[in-house]
Amino acid sequence: MADQAVEKHFYDVVVVGAGGAGLRAAIEAHEQGARTAIVCKSLLGKAHTVMAEGGIAASMGNVYAEDNWRVHFRDTMRGGKMLNHWRMAQLHAQEAPDRVRELEDWGALFDRTAAGLISQRDFGGHRFARLAHVGDRTGLELIRTLQQRVVQLGIDVFMECTVTKLLTTDDAMVGAFGYRRESGEFIVWQAPSVILATGGIGKAFKVTSNSWEYSGDGHALALRAGATLVNMEFVQFHPTGMVWPLSVKGLLITESVRGEGGVLKNSEGKRFMFDYIPEFFKAETADNEEEADRWYDDHTNNRRPPELLPRDEVARAINSEVKAGRGSPHGGVFLDIASRRTPEDIKKRLPSMYHQFKELAEVDITKEPMEVGPTCHYVMGGVEVDPDTAAAKIRGLYAAGEVAGGMHGSNRLGGNSLSDLLVFGRRAGASAALYAAEKKATPPEVTDDALAQARQEALAPLERQGGENPYAIHAELQNTMNDLVGIIRTAGELQQALDKVAALKARIANLSVEGKRRYNPGWHLALDLPNMLTVSECVAKAALERQESRGGHTRDDFPKPTPEWGALNLICSSSDGAVSLTRQPLPQMPDELATLFQETT
Amino acid sequence: MTTTAPAPAGTGAPGRARIAARHLRTDTWWVQPAITVAVLVAFIIYSTLRAFENANYFVAPYISPFYSPCITKSCQGSSFPELFTGPSFLTPAIYILVVPLGFRLTCYYYRKAYYRAFWLSPPACAVAEPHKTYTGETRFPLVFQNIHRYFFVAGLVFNVILTYDAVLAFRDKNDHWGHMGLGTLVLLTNAALLWLYSLSCHSCRHIVGGKLKSFSKHPMRYKFWQVVSRLNGSHMKLAWVSLFGVALTDFYVRLLATGAFNDPKFF
Amino acid sequence: MTYQAKLRVWRGDAEGGGLRDYTVEVNEGEVVLDIIHRLQATQAGDLAVRWNCKAGKCGSCSAEINGRPRLLCLTRMGDFSEDEVVTITPMRTFPVIRDLVTDVSYNYEKAASIPGFTPVARDADGEHRMQQVDVERSQEFRKCIECFLCQDVCHVVRDHEDNKKVYAGPRFLMRIAELDMHPLDNLDRRKVAQENFGLGMCNITKCCSEVCPEGIHITDNALIPLKERVVDRKYDPLTWLGAKIGRRPHP
Repeated sequence: MADQAVEKHFYDVVVVGAGGAGLRAAIEAHEQGARTAIVCKSLLGKAHTVMAEGGIAASMGNVYAEDNWRVHFRDTMRGGKMLNHWRMAQLHAQEAPDRVRELEDWGALFDRTAAGLISQRDFGGHRFARLAHVGDRTGLELIRTLQQRVVQLGIDVFMECTVTKLLTTDDAMVGAFGYRRESGEFIVWQAPSVILATGGIGKAFKVTSNSWEYSGDGHALALRAGATLVNMEFVQFHPTGMVWPLSVKGLLITESVRGEGGVLKNSEGKRFMFDYIPEFFKAETADNEEEADRWYDDHTNNRRPPELLPRDEVARAINSEVKAGRGSPHGGVFLDIASRRTPEDIKKRLPSMYHQFKELAEVDITKEPMEVGPTCHYVMGGVEVDPDTAAAKIRGLYAAGEVAGGMHGSNRLGGNSLSDLLVFGRRAGASAALYAAEKKATPPEVTDDALAQARQEALAPLERQGGENPYAIHAELQNTMNDLVGIIRTAGELQQALDKVAALKARIANLSVEGKRRYNPGWHLALDLPNMLTVSECVAKAALERQESRGGHTRDDFPKPTPEWGALNLICSSSDGAVSLTRQPLPQMPDELATLFQETT
Repeated sequence: MTTTAPAPAGTGAPGRARIAARHLRTDTWWVQPAITVAVLVAFIIYSTLRAFENANYFVAPYISPFYSPCITKSCQGSSFPELFTGPSFLTPAIYILVVPLGFRLTCYYYRKAYYRAFWLSPPACAVAEPHKTYTGETRFPLVFQNIHRYFFVAGLVFNVILTYDAVLAFRDKNDHWGHMGLGTLVLLTNAALLWLYSLSCHSCRHIVGGKLKSFSKHPMRYKFWQVVSRLNGSHMKLAWVSLFGVALTDFYVRLLATGAFNDPKFF
Repeated sequence: MTYQAKLRVWRGDAEGGGLRDYTVEVNEGEVVLDIIHRLQATQAGDLAVRWNCKAGKCGSCSAEINGRPRLLCLTRMGDFSEDEVVTITPMRTFPVIRDLVTDVSYNYEKAASIPGFTPVARDADGEHRMQQVDVERSQEFRKCIECFLCQDVCHVVRDHEDNKKVYAGPRFLMRIAELDMHPLDNLDRRKVAQENFGLGMCNITKCCSEVCPEGIHITDNALIPLKERVVDRKYDPLTWLGAKIGRRPHP
């Protein structure tokens, strides 16, 4: 039957995802001589990386010469509350400057310093101005640069294709199976190396800054293929999302607003962040407005404003203010740049924000404060990988970017995401190409049975009649995760969430969608839903297990971090659809790095 | 389902969504091109009549911009060297018309205006144009739009002349300096508007600095470019205002020449 | 603040289709994309629409609303009166795939055919140096989110399918301008702009600038300056004369 036909392609390296990590991985694999393909759910250049605004963190020292990788490494580890994989944080800090520089060879145009070098801006948790940026649209610059490089190199891109299954034989990758969203036809890429660069899981939450693509595909694919996930309990809620109008609730407001001088105020007009400076950051945070305001011009002799504490601290503070009844009319707090910078300055430095508020909320941010509240933004957890090679626990499987775990510990610093994409995207590309070259003699084989099964699974929702509506289940899941697995968590609510997820899991076995295979969003959602449920289960399970508060994981019933938990990672694995958790000791940092944390600030 | 037949224009090409309507705009998109047609046609009629009138263009000390520089032997007044005697059916205005006309005809703004309003190519955004084929500015005669910069330079010469006329308007009927009437102000305003229109031109913007790869190596030209760029933002407005300016200046001179109005004198 | 809006949405594919009427709930502050999603979730589960960020940053949800090319996520329902019928169709310049989704591969093909960025060597210390004033012009063009609304509205290809072969459209002529003004780029693209990418087809009627959701001055800052640069090389009689008498390098 012609309908049974599956389009087949053969490559050395298949990259799933075309955001910053995927594109960077593909460029590297291609340059190492591998036949490389990129598979992405959207059109090329639309990946979620375009949403990144603030910048790329790299200790280039263009603005503060005293900056170097050790300071960046230390900031990153402290921001992640020391739960980061030290080796990933080290590689990241060491290699980020070169990764930024090479973007210029590919056409990127960053904002400049007076000396003509790449300008760097301040961001939360970074000791020095360190973020290479272009206004507040750095992600767009990054993705366009990489996209144009990929096109220039002639790398094959399969746009609007979704991977539904990773194919393995004897615990080694042999390829990926998926469908073309446009036509609904099935397609298989046979390859010894598969790189996951699928981004995050935010679409499992209701209030989120993430796009529909963020359905945890890579996390779930890896888990089902036999790989493991680490740190899944840590979900970052960005402190400043839009809260009004409802239609754009959750939409991101860049941290650069605070980096450029914006301050947070409650309904009484008070700069409340001074009341929320944790012990851990006391020594390096200003405790009065005068010192905080001086810092923007002189970092050396003043301590940083508390508005620029790491994101988890600020998000919790906003949450507390709103709960205490000092919130804004629409349930957020006020972010004020209007009274602190001139309209010209604001429009020049934050053009996208100006535009966004003008278009979507009819608010002129040069005249009025913005109303902001926390929004689900990023998952620190992800596929457990080897730091140097980005290899997952399955031979031939690699992960880079947000889908990989470990780099950011319990909380990611702003700006470290884009640099993470570049550093580990490149590493994943290089090692995937190397592994593929070793496997040249024994090309991967995919059996017809495996294809038939993958096909059958994908078609099930279309063949069923009168079952559950995927849109309704998705909405229920988003509400569950938002209300029960949000910023502040308790054992009772987490258990409730797990029960709810289990119930939804049973219901998705009976999904049905109307229409046919050609560009059918109902069907697409039906195939993304199991992934969202799997990652939601991992998040809730790990969150219930970790009985402490740390970074992006806050337990009302265990409000303090503990040294015991500080030495443990939680690892998720799966067999036959059931998720299980194991505790794993944190990798030991070598002494020469450990000494960096004994200095006084 | 309300439509099935393929659209008549290009949007009906195979594979595209089958929508019969030429456009689905619900706003008054036709107002803008209609105004453009009305104003330009009115200007063309008026200026043609005036160019062939061959009278009433000089009242000491004022000369109409339509007839300046007046360079034939039959000219009224004596502000310019009278170079030759042409055939009598050609008025002095005809010889010089080609420059301001050419400048405006090849102007990037006017091109937009008349391509839309007269050629309907396109009549408005997302409204199908009636033409079957289209080659843009790649062939004769439209390829000559590319010589806009020469008209720009020639136009500057005219601006100098019209400024000179305005300066001469500070003399009285008997060529004595120290006069200023409403006419002086009219000529001055006209010259100023023409300067602004010329300097805000896209070719000017290119010549002063736009063509450079590096601004930082040419700081002075960068400054010029910034000024011209700012003016260029109002190029459309200046194109219309200066057009009215020329017509009204001419009309004012005609009013004086026919004796319909007496020039108020300031000093 | 909630009301029932009258929507008319084009449903169909390359084989055929038409406008279909729907009534959908609208709440305060919502954009057209919200309404399309509500339609999808409640009445038309298979309604095809392309979207991603819903914040005007990715340029995926391009369509035509009441006949004007716009992003669904940046068009507020508040712009229309409550009893107005809002008509939504796919972009009419590209082949339709289904419903509001079109095949935009024309754009990707043009992007691939443009000679890529060709940088000068780095300085001896491994850095590229550029002044802010020198990067700003190209930076404006790099704000482009590739929604292809300018390509959709440009009558050169909208009304003349044949021209797609010879004309790259505003987005990619702007890309050439961006590279031509890029301080580090080393290639003269004026010849290909005119001969391979159809710059001369553009009659600067400015619809591209009108529809650009990023507010990029495509015509004034990219296309006209590029035309002027081409004139420098190709149509300037002085250049031509100079080349004839051997004073300047041949164009």
